[in-house]
Amino acid sequence: MLAALDRLRPVRRTRTTSARRRESLTAFGMATPAVALLLVFLVVPVALAFALAFTDARLISPTPARFVGLRNFTRLFDDPVFYKSLRNTVYFAAVVVPLQAGLALVLALLVNAKVRGVNFFRTVYFLPVVTSMVVVSLLWTFLYRQDGLVNRVISTLTFGHFDGPDWLGDPATAMPAVILMSVWQGVGFHMVIWLAGLQTIPAELYEAADLDGATRWDRFRHVTWPCLRETRTFVLVTITIAAFSLFTQIRVMTQGGPLDSTTTVVHQAVHTGYDQQQTAYAAAISLIFFVLVLAVSLIQRFLTRERD
Amino acid sequence: MAAFLKRLGGQGARIVLALVFVLPLVFMVVSSFKPDDQIFGDLDSLRAFLPLGDVSLDNYTGVFERVPAARFLLNSVLISTITVVLGIIVNSLAAFALSRMRWPGRKLVLTAVIATLIVPFETFALPLVWWVNQLPLLRANGFQLEWTTGWMDTYQVQILPFVANAFSIFFFHQYFRSIPKELDEAAIVDGAGWFTIYRRIVMPLSAPAVATVAILTFLPAWNSYLWPLMVVQSEELRPVMVGISYFFQLNVGWGQIMAYSSMITVPILALFVAFQRAFVSSIASTGVKG
Repeated sequence: MLAALDRLRPVRRTRTTSARRRESLTAFGMATPAVALLLVFLVVPVALAFALAFTDARLISPTPARFVGLRNFTRLFDDPVFYKSLRNTVYFAAVVVPLQAGLALVLALLVNAKVRGVNFFRTVYFLPVVTSMVVVSLLWTFLYRQDGLVNRVISTLTFGHFDGPDWLGDPATAMPAVILMSVWQGVGFHMVIWLAGLQTIPAELYEAADLDGATRWDRFRHVTWPCLRETRTFVLVTITIAAFSLFTQIRVMTQGGPLDSTTTVVHQAVHTGYDQQQTAYAAAISLIFFVLVLAVSLIQRFLTRERD
Repeated sequence: MAAFLKRLGGQGARIVLALVFVLPLVFMVVSSFKPDDQIFGDLDSLRAFLPLGDVSLDNYTGVFERVPAARFLLNSVLISTITVVLGIIVNSLAAFALSRMRWPGRKLVLTAVIATLIVPFETFALPLVWWVNQLPLLRANGFQLEWTTGWMDTYQVQILPFVANAFSIFFFHQYFRSIPKELDEAAIVDGAGWFTIYRRIVMPLSAPAVATVAILTFLPAWNSYLWPLMVVQSEELRPVMVGISYFFQLNVGWGQIMAYSSMITVPILALFVAFQRAFVSSIASTGVKG
């Protein structure tokens, strides 16, 4: 019996090794297209951001790029517009992140109620998310005109006592206007994320809270909020990264103006790298942007980590 | 009584918010049918949101007379569709290998793919412009094929960078893991190869995942602006969003802007309302942690 097994084993082993090898080869073949594309269109350009930032590469140039050391960075740190773009980007993110996350949570709570028509409201709140940011920006450029709809509504609501400003033409109001519109467009997305989080909370927890005579606020404070911890991290990280990447609204609505009051890091990168074709300088901006995004998302993950 | 008032308040808040989200879009569509002087004239009353007065399709015909908008639409349909189809094939194949097969380096590749998730496109878009401008390209010159350099102004430069997607791979991977592995073993005993298992067993069972990836690939492809703005110069290859931003710079009337906007928005909104459940669950799935 044992002898018979011994005679069988070598045969079986070679069969499984060849099957294993075939499995590995097939798997390599299946993974290769995606891995190759990610290498060519993601890993290489990220590496290039690091490499090109230390050269004098231009988008179209007859001469090959030369190594210039830290020249792009010294130029960058001498550039007042870069500091403005950095400040505007941080300002935008600092307002949009809490505003959009908070409002999205309010919307999610409103449409998580068991009343008639919640599905209708979910759909309506989500409509701007499906609308392209370019279209939204053009639409709101009209709404924000001095004689536009926003100011007419303000004037009607205050019985003509208050005339709204030229929203996008005034350095003081341009960024707030962009912020308001961006939240209007994006809040539905995060409402859905919060909603998904809310629906994972077991109903028994609320029943237990009710038995203890909890008020609505108690229920939110001690059941809903702690149960949303993972969702919270996700919402914060995604809104922050999206806010730092602010570009389309600026490009379409203000081109960074008036007086550079709305220029952002990505807008600066595109302006120098594409409009002025200074690839190396734009790579330096991209590199700083990359470090910024990485740092912020790591810090957020650290701050919202599980505390045991 | 208090509870009733509270519910009434909740419903009131829901309705007011619904108006805030929907009225600007209603205004856009309604204005696309009005001449410019009437758009401004109607701003003071609720007529701004109603298709009343001198309503016509003039703005729409005006758009098509001014720019090749039909060509832009065709380009965007083509680019988005190919990106979606290739994306589904390429990413699901990789996810299949990562989730159901055993091979050396599997864990490493999966970790690397997930690590790329936090890198936003904007961080490497500009180096990528320089990079695609260096890539070799086989172009047809009359009846001859010849190698040139630079992918600027092509369809492929608008498609290929967005085919492989870390989130799609990750999402398919999570979904495929939930399909019992015993199915594969049974199929292997019956003599099926891995590719047959992928095509005949796993993919047919993954329709919801395919729908999610299709939606999450289509929307950004249709709405893409930053990338085609930088890599497409010629009008024949221009997608809708770059098309409308240049159209806006021509100083055309607002009615025509609203007509073009409605044209490229309403079909997507209609698709969304029709497949609302699939859309919403797709978005919700982006927040699911593996």
